[in-house]
Amino acid sequence: MFEIPDDRKYLESHEWTTTEGDAVRIGISDFAQDELGDVVFVELPAEGDELAAGEEFGVVESIKAVSDLYAPISGTVTAVNEELFDAPELLNDDPYGDGWMLELEPADESEFDDLLSPEEYREQTE
Amino acid sequence: MGLRKPPLYGVHADAGATFTEFGGWDMPVEYDSIKAEHAAVRESVGIFDVSHMSELEVSGPDATALMQRLTTNDVTALEPGDSQYSAIVNDEGVIIDDTVVYRLPDRDERVYLFIPNAGHDEEMYDRWTSFRDDWDLDATVEDVTEEWAMFAVQGPDALDSVTDAAPDAALGDLSKFQATFADVAGVECWVARTGYTGEDGFEVLCPWDDAETVWSALDATPCGLGSRDTLRLEMGYLLSGQDFDPETEPRTPYEAGIGFVVKLDTEFVGRDALERQHEAGVDETFVGFALLDRGVPRHGYDIADADGEVIGVVTSGTMSPTLSEPIGLGYVPVEYADDETEISVLVRGREKRAVIVTPPFIN
Repeated sequence: MFEIPDDRKYLESHEWTTTEGDAVRIGISDFAQDELGDVVFVELPAEGDELAAGEEFGVVESIKAVSDLYAPISGTVTAVNEELFDAPELLNDDPYGDGWMLELEPADESEFDDLLSPEEYREQTE
Repeated sequence: MGLRKPPLYGVHADAGATFTEFGGWDMPVEYDSIKAEHAAVRESVGIFDVSHMSELEVSGPDATALMQRLTTNDVTALEPGDSQYSAIVNDEGVIIDDTVVYRLPDRDERVYLFIPNAGHDEEMYDRWTSFRDDWDLDATVEDVTEEWAMFAVQGPDALDSVTDAAPDAALGDLSKFQATFADVAGVECWVARTGYTGEDGFEVLCPWDDAETVWSALDATPCGLGSRDTLRLEMGYLLSGQDFDPETEPRTPYEAGIGFVVKLDTEFVGRDALERQHEAGVDETFVGFALLDRGVPRHGYDIADADGEVIGVVTSGTMSPTLSEPIGLGYVPVEYADDETEISVLVRGREKRAVIVTPPFIN
């Protein structure tokens, strides 16, 4: 069984969001990292970039596959986990913790309503 | 038509393998981690189920003549128990497949076993039998793909692993590309000191029905085709259907860097075309490269020169698990083939700096 924490919301494309103070943190799920296998490369936007909900914001590559990353909500990038550039395996080891990708300042709080609850995401991955 | 399954499909599934389609077969691609499996082969020993590889046996008074005329290497150089890497080419000298040809111990006459790539057994059976009939040769061709399971035990500890399972066979005496029948866990197997990883190792062919007995007796880390691909790529070894393919990537042995398997003093289909190319030289050649910028090269990406002009194509690429650096293989015009030549690779449309590196990428 894959870990699906209850303290966050999810996208069908396997990204998660959680609130860290005023910012919203984004990463990919345990299910996604397992499907990808050994992650070897991550490409992320820069601080200050504006993202729109549903927009491709980067790429994660494992030895065997390439996957686009999609923004769960709109907002401005306020932080990037640059550790992933040197240690992309953090995405495999700790996808909900040290493997976080971005922090956003949300542009429209109502967009959270469009995301999947943990129960809904759990159903999707079963 | 459904995918063909190796005899140990259930064993692999129970071990937690994920599967992928390869040459019409449903094969284990990864058990837990491609990186860990890759490291097991480089540092100790791993075992791959490669039962999807094709096997054809050729016997009869004209077996040697048939093999000589349908492969580019010189089969008459083989003593019983020897093997050789070879190519199968069409009239234009384009590689249809690459293969290892074994000379088995003689029965009434010479007997050969050759190993085309996965899914090519039917095509090769048709090719061998139709040319045999056209040339009126007396040879028996049998497709024994589903009679032989095949495992590759690879890594610095491979000899220990096979010796533990076959203590009565002097497998350490085999030199590279030599093979022998040996008792492995009570099963008579064809054991060859060959492989596709760059490490010392053995390829063990056993009867399909005894596959589980032999597999269980060989103590090594189970590895999937994912790590087999990264291991062979670090060595610059060709992958059929990707680094050459008569339809999508038609290449001659000279272009593909395996001109050493072409013996122009023998007679074979495609010889004249290859002799002409040998005299004229090739325009494009197979190279390795290392990316200097961040990114991962993949099959199908364009290769460009320093001015951004597209000059070639990536046929294989990965993040090298041993080096933790992005590496790849592909074709470029010969004037770009020297080591350290600066090129670029268009990774999802963006230019990434790279330099030519003659494989192998690791020592």
